[in-house]
Amino acid sequence: MASKISNKILTDLHLRMVRIRRFEEEAGKLMEDGKIPGALHLYVGQEAVASGVMEHLSNQDQITSTHRGHGHLIAKGGEFDRMFAELFGRSTGYCKGKGGSMHISNIALGMLGANGIVGGGPPIAMGAAFSNKFRKTKDVAVAFFGDGASNEGSFHEAANMAALFKLPCVFVCENNGYGEYTSQANHQAIVDVADRAAGYGMPGVVVDGMDVIAVYEAAGAAIKRARSGQGPTLLECKTYRYYDHVGVRGMGLTYRTDEELEIWQKRDAIQAFEKQLVKMKVTTKKKIENVYARVNKDIEAGIKFAEDSPFPEPADLLDDVYNTGGAS
Amino acid sequence: MSEAKKQEPRKLPYVAAITEGVRQVLQEQDNAFVAGEDVGEAGSVFGYYQGLLKEFGPERIYDTPISEKGIIGLGVGASATGCRPILDLMFMDFLGECMDEVANQMAKMRFMFGGGATLPVTVLTMSGAGMNLAAQHSQSLEAWLAHLPGVKVVMPSNAYDAKGLIIAAARDDNPVFVVLNKLSLAMACEVPEEPYEVPIGKAEVIREGKDLSIIAVGRMVNEAMAAVKPLAELGVDAEVIDVRSIQPFDTETVVNSMKKTHRAVVVHEAVRFGGFGGEIVAQLQELAFDYLDAPIARVGAPFSPVPFSPALEKVYVPNAQSIVAEVKKTLGL
Repeated sequence: MASKISNKILTDLHLRMVRIRRFEEEAGKLMEDGKIPGALHLYVGQEAVASGVMEHLSNQDQITSTHRGHGHLIAKGGEFDRMFAELFGRSTGYCKGKGGSMHISNIALGMLGANGIVGGGPPIAMGAAFSNKFRKTKDVAVAFFGDGASNEGSFHEAANMAALFKLPCVFVCENNGYGEYTSQANHQAIVDVADRAAGYGMPGVVVDGMDVIAVYEAAGAAIKRARSGQGPTLLECKTYRYYDHVGVRGMGLTYRTDEELEIWQKRDAIQAFEKQLVKMKVTTKKKIENVYARVNKDIEAGIKFAEDSPFPEPADLLDDVYNTGGAS
Repeated sequence: MSEAKKQEPRKLPYVAAITEGVRQVLQEQDNAFVAGEDVGEAGSVFGYYQGLLKEFGPERIYDTPISEKGIIGLGVGASATGCRPILDLMFMDFLGECMDEVANQMAKMRFMFGGGATLPVTVLTMSGAGMNLAAQHSQSLEAWLAHLPGVKVVMPSNAYDAKGLIIAAARDDNPVFVVLNKLSLAMACEVPEEPYEVPIGKAEVIREGKDLSIIAVGRMVNEAMAAVKPLAELGVDAEVIDVRSIQPFDTETVVNSMKKTHRAVVVHEAVRFGGFGGEIVAQLQELAFDYLDAPIARVGAPFSPVPFSPALEKVYVPNAQSIVAEVKKTLGL
């Protein structure tokens, strides 16, 4: 399948995944070192989903994200310097330090926010899709959400309305097997969230979320369908987060086994894709090393930018509660 | 209503003033639309969108499913991406169905994004008791909204303000809730034909007086006006203030009134305990303490859900008589 895809896209998919993985690993360390305040929900393990979907989107297309949102912003074009600055609570961050990890966003990139409320995103994405149709653009809105959020009423209402109004919307369920600390088997009686699509009158598709090409192709079909006015799709990507719900620790958790984690890590999306790319002679091991070196340099520079940036001033607090007509 | 006086004496009921306000917004803003339950074919259960579907078509007036999370979410996503939605939340009581979309998304998005998002969205919603609609279709929950940084909340007490506040809300680049009142729908007053704004955040002294200020919210303004005459018969010259906007709240107008009358009764239809009236009283004691000659009294509903039986609802909802009684207590009459 991958042979039909241009080398440019293949290497780009790889770069997106590496950027997410490395950012998240470093962010995790910085949190553990006490340099990043608050809570981080890290995306390590799920990189293929954001990367495969975002490869099809422009800055005009919108996404809504989840509490685990760094990967979505990176894949949508987020820059490390302003992202780290946001996580550090600095005034140079994407949200001037007012949002932090859980609300990181950038409207110019079409990223309508990570969201601290499970199920918060789908109604907003549906609204953006409504806007795209109302304004007669060709833009598509994608809602990322988890298996946990698929049990929220907000997802149900958004899915029903998106299908009813035939909106240019794609619902991407990142089923990582857990709603916070509760396994899927303990939070819903179905195995495939995509089964629920039938209840809304939209196609439901299940794809291996550890296979970036599979995600890329399935997302491509769903986004094409949405863009051409045929309405929404529910795309379920089976994936896994290597770390805990919050923070870094992956092993020794009470609610899942180490063996389960190891099974998924053996199918690591990035490693598997790198092997594939070398085998296909799209790249070489040396070139892959160079990709990591470049990304690491970006990360170093991003962290330095954040550390050198000022905190917001107390006087900035009440700015941005309302739009008072001035520049934001 | 002083702004209206220069206009010809055309009278419109509150319900028609709402229609006219929404119609003129749709005429002046190409990116505005109406979305909500039964807003199209039915013209709303209260009738205030009647004729708009025919006039503007289904591409501007959207009947939605009964999905309040979806309706508010639609407005958040659409307003953040270039539209100016007018949402209809049929009964204010249904806030419970969409409070996350209101409180955690709509109200906070701009702030959380560091000013990166602008949400020019207006929500029309219906409050108030008096029609025997019982506990889930009669509430006045404006205090829930006023407590949320990021949204504005206005409560028109008359047709003129209803139209002017709707137009002001729709032109505002922030989420604005226009809290309507169902008992006021048939009340008519002079309403100019052309579009005009009633400023958000400005209270209005609708009757000047020297003995005591009745500071009233929403429909209770009309009950306060009905109390003026019986009070005059008791020798009390009451000033009446229509708060009009509870978020932002016009502190200056009420403080100035205290400097003149030195006494106040605050009135709203919402449950008295924890109601917005407490905020008004707190601000007055902070900012006008030296001018006060008596404790500020509050009139509001008892701490009970709204009852169904007409016999009970009648005693539940504050009215001119209960206002007169509270004024007499405040003045020691």
